[in-house]
Amino acid sequence: MNVPTIADLIAKGETPEILFWVGCAGSFDDRAKRVTKAFVKILNAVGTKFAVLGNEETCTGDPARRAGNEFLFQMQAMNNISILNGYNVKKIVTACPHCFNTLKNEYPELGGNYEVIHHSTFINQLINDGKIKMTEGGSFKGKKITYHDSCYLGRANNIYEAPREVLESLDADLVEMKRCRTTGLCCGAGGAQMFKEPEKGDKDINIERAEEALATGATTIAVACPFCMTMMSDGVKNKEKEGQVNVKDLAELIAETQGL
Amino acid sequence: MAYLQQVLFLIVLAIAGYFIRKRVIRIKSNILLGKASVINDHKGDRLKNMMLVAFGQKKMFKRVVPATLHFFIYAGFLIINLEVLEFIIDGLAGTHRIFAPYIGGLYNVLMNFFEFLAIAVLFSCFAFLIRRNITKVPRLQSPELNGWPRLDGNLILSIEIILMFAILTMNASDQILQTRSEHYTATGSLFFSSFLIPLLQNISTPSLEFIERFMWWFHIIGILGFSVYITYSKHLHIFLAFPNTFYARLEPKGQIVNMPVVTREVKSMLGLPTTEVPAGEPGRFGAKDINDLTWTNLMAAYSCTECGRCTSECPANITGKKLSPRKIMMDVRDRMEDVGKSLEKGGAGLNDGKSLLGDYTTKEEINACTSCNACVEACPVMINPLEIILEMRRYVSMEESGAPAQWNSMFQNIETSFAPWKFSPSDRFNWSKEDK
Repeated sequence: MNVPTIADLIAKGETPEILFWVGCAGSFDDRAKRVTKAFVKILNAVGTKFAVLGNEETCTGDPARRAGNEFLFQMQAMNNISILNGYNVKKIVTACPHCFNTLKNEYPELGGNYEVIHHSTFINQLINDGKIKMTEGGSFKGKKITYHDSCYLGRANNIYEAPREVLESLDADLVEMKRCRTTGLCCGAGGAQMFKEPEKGDKDINIERAEEALATGATTIAVACPFCMTMMSDGVKNKEKEGQVNVKDLAELIAETQGL
Repeated sequence: MAYLQQVLFLIVLAIAGYFIRKRVIRIKSNILLGKASVINDHKGDRLKNMMLVAFGQKKMFKRVVPATLHFFIYAGFLIINLEVLEFIIDGLAGTHRIFAPYIGGLYNVLMNFFEFLAIAVLFSCFAFLIRRNITKVPRLQSPELNGWPRLDGNLILSIEIILMFAILTMNASDQILQTRSEHYTATGSLFFSSFLIPLLQNISTPSLEFIERFMWWFHIIGILGFSVYITYSKHLHIFLAFPNTFYARLEPKGQIVNMPVVTREVKSMLGLPTTEVPAGEPGRFGAKDINDLTWTNLMAAYSCTECGRCTSECPANITGKKLSPRKIMMDVRDRMEDVGKSLEKGGAGLNDGKSLLGDYTTKEEINACTSCNACVEACPVMINPLEIILEMRRYVSMEESGAPAQWNSMFQNIETSFAPWKFSPSDRFNWSKEDK
């Protein structure tokens, strides 16, 4: 696995095509780290010239802003923007829809203007361009997969089809949950809920969503967000189905079929 | 005697006009309690939203059955009002069916079409009453609808039913009178009201004349009275849905409104060049009360018809938590109405010791929001409850330091470790050195 930092690249007089924004979950959460590595393997395999910020990366401030702490959000944003602008970054790819939304929609007003792409769109593009060659009858052929829409990709940014196209390229049997696309049900972690216990209710949101996903009969629940990954995995565990049903990120599914 | 009816009509019209004007002024000043914001960008896109979403009912059709029923009432409202125009001219001029001689055969076609719409409205209103009270559609049973909101819904439907009956009865008696007296302008046969003719056939001419006049007056007073009533009711959406869709946010739903005040402070803390600080009150961070919200947030509350599509899609609400986006909008409206009433009486208004957050909406409600935008997506008139929830969170977090303890720890982690979890920043890149 080759992961250059942007500082190293620039020191060598090179500029990356894209900056891979790893995100806090992708850097520290054990499960999400596997997604990060899978995505890096894809980048390595197709030969995309990329770099990461490494230890220079910090939280985008998304949870702080959504929990109401605008000061903290803007402190984070300004610091990140000064680093990104300092490296003259133009194009950012990230596997986290929350980082994606913040970098794409909320940084411009504070002076950070970049082309920001979510990894589902990026991978889909690699497939369409023939850089990732999908073979018919791969390991997912005929297997039931359901896709859980991330709110911050779907409703927040209207990205519904790219992740589905990636899944369709697996030659799998894509089944939709009752609540999908614009009416997709949240995993329960957005809006900084990831960082506190839910309010009192009859049920946790991720349990409701996991039940719905399991009801499709799919053996794989595909996600495109580290928070959805945690919430759906916990939901599946709660229903004691972790033996039969996998929760996987799009990048992992593609890396797997490519034998990476 | 001939002028008596006209004078009476003028008085009725003037009374209705007086009350409607008074309410419009009140509602406008309530909305203007909100923060000023000038919205004059992307006029084309805004107009398109208004035409598609308000006029064209586009978002309603996500749920086909209620959308179709609603469309009948909506079309009926728009088109039957052409007939109200004739009512008003007749009332003022002392004429009867003034348009009939001028447009000839078309009058019969139009009247038949209006009657068809009246039947469609009747059918839809009955269906809606059944959905509200008998089949009990879940989103129309939520606790926030207890009391006035539920009564309001049923009253609107009942009034519309009565008004439609009045039109049909009037047309039926008119048709009989056309065969008995020269005064009654020939309209040709009217299909739907003809079914009522057998019931009225044997009534004496004077009584029938009375019934016809009574229904005429009943209908027009009913409509005028209804217009006054609407200003106190959720039914105000029939007017405010239009400006509300026009002024709705065009940015991606995930984008939270920036706070330039904070930008200025953060920039000066970091030693970056800042713009001049404008004179005047610094204002509150976030929203504690309605005057901390923008006027568009407040207008949205008046545009809400409490259909509950937002709440029925809200993941927090679905799983039994206290949050209901519809209730947030109802709270904003209730607060505005209470403040407005107080101001009207020369009272304390906003300084009555109460506030939107705390007395109307609780922290438990706003803390449950996942910011998933399901409510925003669901609203048929593009109301954004999320924006209001986030403004209240800003107030709690920045003015009260009252965010949930776990969020405060998260804030601390971001400040000290630059991640929401307590990890050492120097470990951030470790993943690249791990196998697999």
